[in-house]
Amino acid sequence: MIAFILRRLAQSAFVVAAMLVIVFFGVNVVGDPIWMLVSPEMDQQQIAETARAFGLDRPIWEQFLIFLKNAAQGDLGRSFIHGESAIKLILDRMPATLELAFVALFMAILIGLPLGLYAGLKPESRISRMIMAISILGFSLPTFWVGLMLILTFAVSLGWLPATGRGPTVSILGIETSLLSLQGWKHVTLPALNLALLKISLVIRLARAGAREAALMDYVKFARAKGLSQSRIIGVHILKNIMIPIVTVLGLEFGSLVAFSVVTETIFAWPGMGRLLLEAITRLDRPVIVAYVMVVVVLFVVINLLVDLVYSALDPRVRLTEATS
Amino acid sequence: MSDTALPQTAPPPAPAREETPLRRFVRSFFEDRVAVFGLGLFALIVLLALAAPLIAPQNPYDLSAVDVMDSRLPPGEVSGEGFTMWLGSDGVGRDLLSGILYGLRISLTVGAFSGILAAAIGMAVGLIAAYAGGRTESAIMRLVDLQLSLPSVLVALILVAGLGKGVDKIIIALVLVQWAYYARTVRGTALVERRKEYVEAAQSLGLSHARTVFRHILPNCLAPVIVIVTVQTAHAISLEATLSFLGVGLPQTEPSLGVLIANGFQYMLSGSYWISVFPGLALLLTIVSINLVGDRLRDVLNPRLEK
Repeated sequence: MIAFILRRLAQSAFVVAAMLVIVFFGVNVVGDPIWMLVSPEMDQQQIAETARAFGLDRPIWEQFLIFLKNAAQGDLGRSFIHGESAIKLILDRMPATLELAFVALFMAILIGLPLGLYAGLKPESRISRMIMAISILGFSLPTFWVGLMLILTFAVSLGWLPATGRGPTVSILGIETSLLSLQGWKHVTLPALNLALLKISLVIRLARAGAREAALMDYVKFARAKGLSQSRIIGVHILKNIMIPIVTVLGLEFGSLVAFSVVTETIFAWPGMGRLLLEAITRLDRPVIVAYVMVVVVLFVVINLLVDLVYSALDPRVRLTEATS
Repeated sequence: MSDTALPQTAPPPAPAREETPLRRFVRSFFEDRVAVFGLGLFALIVLLALAAPLIAPQNPYDLSAVDVMDSRLPPGEVSGEGFTMWLGSDGVGRDLLSGILYGLRISLTVGAFSGILAAAIGMAVGLIAAYAGGRTESAIMRLVDLQLSLPSVLVALILVAGLGKGVDKIIIALVLVQWAYYARTVRGTALVERRKEYVEAAQSLGLSHARTVFRHILPNCLAPVIVIVTVQTAHAISLEATLSFLGVGLPQTEPSLGVLIANGFQYMLSGSYWISVFPGLALLLTIVSINLVGDRLRDVLNPRLEK
């Protein structure tokens, strides 16, 4: 177990290091950020001074060494635009993004699981066919287009929910959250639903496949023969067994929720780190781009490790020491 | 000709036409009505895009044809020039139907180019990995795994951050996002094919490595690739639209469907819904039609489902 964790950590460190090199050079090859930092009225000398102040006059490999030295101390550079530490900018906006991603994750389970179970247990019914058609659409529709339609329907036409921004936040144990007020929930509903759509489709498919398989198993037949109620068979015997793959996949998909939030946050003006990334890309704010990628890669690595550990706890058949061979 | 010269008593029973693999494939594809609908819809969309300059009521690039006075007309209104704008007009007075027809051209071109390039590169890399084995293979597959572990949107965003705007750059970014899918699939299939006798036969005949790989192994790995081409092309079109919508994809001078939707977004909250909705519907129909075809291809080409 410990050997497994150590090996995985070593692999993860390699992945993070590889991404660091790729992203740093990738972002620094094209475009000259100096033109973002100076105003047109500046003369050559002033431009040169600004470049020196940001270390942009040095050769790229020297910039990289300086970046590495600072990164080792937890400093990923200063934003060209905000003038603040890039990593702090991102961590400040992270709670909003994580909040959105978590709500989307729960929506995916709350909506997807019952629909998928129904479609799996009654595969021939007309409603089941409709559910599957919706899940195919959910895979095909581009996220941003669904977001637009949600705004158009629920915010513009019906006026039920706000289309932009985040509700008032309160601080609990140092974490800012907007989920403690009705206004906050109203604000989070549409963006979270938008973000959840792909995952709802995914859960429907997983739950349907799992339920179809489980319904034929001996333990279900036995439970039926014992005279248990239908709701108990579904709620306890079937659900327990199909939850393992669903939890695993959703755990792994959490990282992609965070990544896709770039799109959702932009549409709904949600003040998270995805919007920060987009702003950084359009304005060539290199330190923020690099810092964002590093934060997300670390997040991915941690999530993958956690999912592996949780999986082994849920399913005793999985032995982690063997997984490395 | 010589047949007709023979004295014919009774017409010989028409010999059952040889069921070639291709014919069987076409026949089983057309058994599914939904897939045929998808294929027809996609063909229609491509046709409309190709014929855009002929059938569009207006050339949206021609500044002299566009009148700002016509801006934000709702669907069905008549423009100042006297033709009906069936889908309304956008923020600067361009006919939306014409804009969509021209936008389809750009979206489809970007999707097709990036799909073909990614398939070519991915297949070559996957084949080389499978054929070479050893260090080459593990190095390539490490890279593939690393890329596929990250969501495609994120990879694409980082790439455009480095590359910048423009049609060529977006195509490069989409190719770099997609090649790994082809490489992984082709390597998997090629690993199986490599062990078969015909490869050994080709090698014993003294054929060059390149000839063995590309003339003998490659044709046998194509079935799964065809499925991925459809799915990935739809994905590429969707991804390009997403990037353009976010303002980091195609520039305003190349108004793909994504750019049109982005332009309409600012008017949506004030009620001019059509500027975003109709290009979005066109995008939707394109993606869904390709996916319907891809779904059917997957079923038809899957050897495990063969009757």
